[in-house]
Amino acid sequence: MTLVLTDDQLMFRDAAKRFAAERAPVAQLRKLRDDLDPVGFSREVWKEMADMGWAGVLVPEEHGGVGFGFVGAGLIATEIGRNLSATPMLSSAVLAVTALLQGGTPAQKETLLPAIAGGDLVIAFATDECVRHTPYHISTLCTGKHKLNGRKLHVLDGHVADRLIVSARTSGDIGARDGITLFLVHPQASGVTITRSSMVDSRNSAVVELRDVVVEEADIIGTFDKGAIVLDAVLDAGRAILAAELLGVAEESFERTLNYLREREQFGVKIGTFQALQHRAAHLFCEIELVRSVVLRTLQALDAQEPTASSLVCLAKAKASDVARIATNEAVQMHGGIGMTDEFDIGFFMKRARAAAETFGDQYYHTDRFAQLSGY
Amino acid sequence: MSAQMNSDQTLEAFRRDTRAWLEENCPPEMRQPVADEYDICWGGRRAQFKNDAQRAWLQRMAERGWTVPEWPQQYGGGGLSKDEARVLREEMASLKCRSPLTSFGISMLGPALLKYGNEKQKSEHIPKIARGEIRWCQGYSEPGAGSDLASLKTRADDQGDHFVVNGSKIWTSYGDKADWIFCLVRTSFTGKKQEGISFLLFDMESAGVTTRPIRLISGYSPFTQTFFDNVEVPKENLLGELNKGWTIAKYLLTHERNMIGGMGTQRVTPLSQLAIKHVGMTGGQLTESALRTDIARFEMDALAFALTMNRVTDEAKAGNETGAMSSMLKYYGTELNKRRAELTMSVTGSEGLKFGDAHGEEQLAAMWLRTKANSIEGGTSEIQLNIIAKNVLRLPGA
Repeated sequence: MTLVLTDDQLMFRDAAKRFAAERAPVAQLRKLRDDLDPVGFSREVWKEMADMGWAGVLVPEEHGGVGFGFVGAGLIATEIGRNLSATPMLSSAVLAVTALLQGGTPAQKETLLPAIAGGDLVIAFATDECVRHTPYHISTLCTGKHKLNGRKLHVLDGHVADRLIVSARTSGDIGARDGITLFLVHPQASGVTITRSSMVDSRNSAVVELRDVVVEEADIIGTFDKGAIVLDAVLDAGRAILAAELLGVAEESFERTLNYLREREQFGVKIGTFQALQHRAAHLFCEIELVRSVVLRTLQALDAQEPTASSLVCLAKAKASDVARIATNEAVQMHGGIGMTDEFDIGFFMKRARAAAETFGDQYYHTDRFAQLSGY
Repeated sequence: MSAQMNSDQTLEAFRRDTRAWLEENCPPEMRQPVADEYDICWGGRRAQFKNDAQRAWLQRMAERGWTVPEWPQQYGGGGLSKDEARVLREEMASLKCRSPLTSFGISMLGPALLKYGNEKQKSEHIPKIARGEIRWCQGYSEPGAGSDLASLKTRADDQGDHFVVNGSKIWTSYGDKADWIFCLVRTSFTGKKQEGISFLLFDMESAGVTTRPIRLISGYSPFTQTFFDNVEVPKENLLGELNKGWTIAKYLLTHERNMIGGMGTQRVTPLSQLAIKHVGMTGGQLTESALRTDIARFEMDALAFALTMNRVTDEAKAGNETGAMSSMLKYYGTELNKRRAELTMSVTGSEGLKFGDAHGEEQLAAMWLRTKANSIEGGTSEIQLNIIAKNVLRLPGA
């Protein structure tokens, strides 16, 4: 497989690029934030995105999606990153869809996948319990037949979800990979409390509390006690798509910064003539080129279900997180005082880079995991 | 049958034939890893072959034009398509065949000759490069013209049917072993400095050429300073037009950069394997956690860089614009190579410090010192960043 996009992929990307810039630009995120919008994204726009094939990008055609795979989802995510588009794409179209595709029963797939792909159903994935991503640290307990008790943090789009997928411990010690089971939970079920968190990137996150929440056998996704198989796949999917989004964040803040360097004058010259700034910009260009390569390669590896895909996911998420951090920090610094103002958009990119890096493991987490997977 | 399938089948047939030929013709000695300098065949009038196998391997490959697989057959090349050349590389790699010939004629001058040379120059020089008969060196840098290469002062004065060259070049790689030099000379002292430079080819045995080896911090002397004292060069040895040599010089530098940048991805023992051996493991992890983190970060960047090299190659094959990437690859590749060497020294501790006339098998310290030149030769890292700022990012005044 070559590291060049096919004509179909290029067309899909160009359509996504136009749509995101027109219908879900940074100005929309700003408005959602300023209006204290109760949903946190535009349901109308999400429906349009579903019509474009975004909500069903990973869903096979037999279940009402477009089946464009992770490369396709990544192309959308990069445009989302460039525009900071607020959507339930990651939570519902990537995490929940991957969980259902990997572990869903035929009945679950038949009822839920077409509804997600149509943009009519949002499913959130509730797993993290620690402030820093620690995937197997699951102390939400499932006891008896079956009652859930626990507390989930940083549940993306949790407060507007029509369903939740919740990881719980059905056996084993906290921290063990074995003994985890995934359940489909109704947010209106007795004992479920969902509290929206206000986050620095103005994107949706919630805390989900479960108190004696009753679930059925039919609500299990994947295999009892072996839910980590599905969980790992869901997390790797989310990490790779976040890496693609972070690529877009880095690219867009870099381009905006280059434009500023070409226009802004001090000491009677454009500040882009200063070599101190040129070299930092040129170095950043190289780093972003590396991220482009690793993101594309990783998405291809996930589509092909290559055995070493997890290592590539670590590389992509670590590199994209780190480079987006540098790109957005440099963007604010090179914009100078105006970069510190809320009126100017550049700060939004730095906030999103921070939040997206943190979600499902930042560069430190994934550097450590890369070394582990490499046997050292 | 589609055209694609047809060409796939042709390519597979080429692969089978190539493999069979390589198995038949590549001597076993030429399938061993390169252990030292003498295992690399540079060719030339004074070529010193380490053994008969090395000589035979060069001859057999040169007969097929496979020392320069993609160059035209009329000049002694293989005339292979890009895909066929890739198959040849893959089959050579899988049989562990050494490169039959390494030379600056192949990696630098040849592409410039093919692009800018006249028919006489091409048929005179390219076949000798392909057969390894003439070893070339590069006359670019001068004591007073390093990063500011265009300010070079070695001059060629027009004496009717010939030029007379006076001046001095420095950092001439293997200048004392080369047969001919491709040399940047000043032929005009008016106007922009870039527009008074010409590109000359001449024999290092010409009267008035002398070389002096330069001993480096690594202990090696791969470079010379080269002096020209009234060297007569026939007019026909001017490549391209008078005063238009800078364009050729830059074209050739992109090939040099790709070669130097690519050194960062050479197959060597992974750093982590070396670290497991020398640092040791505790609880499934390298014993020193700070070192482990730096090694992991290096290996991740090295993998990301290798993927980027692949992507640039794929983009070029797909016909997409990639010219601007050579500075990026040179800058990032050489900085990575230095990082690898620094970490290798850290990992190997006092073992890595061993140094002396009797270089050990690993020669780690010499290798570490050698990498410091990577980000200087062929245009420093800072010059590459300048080029990116100007040609890629289009920043003002750059």
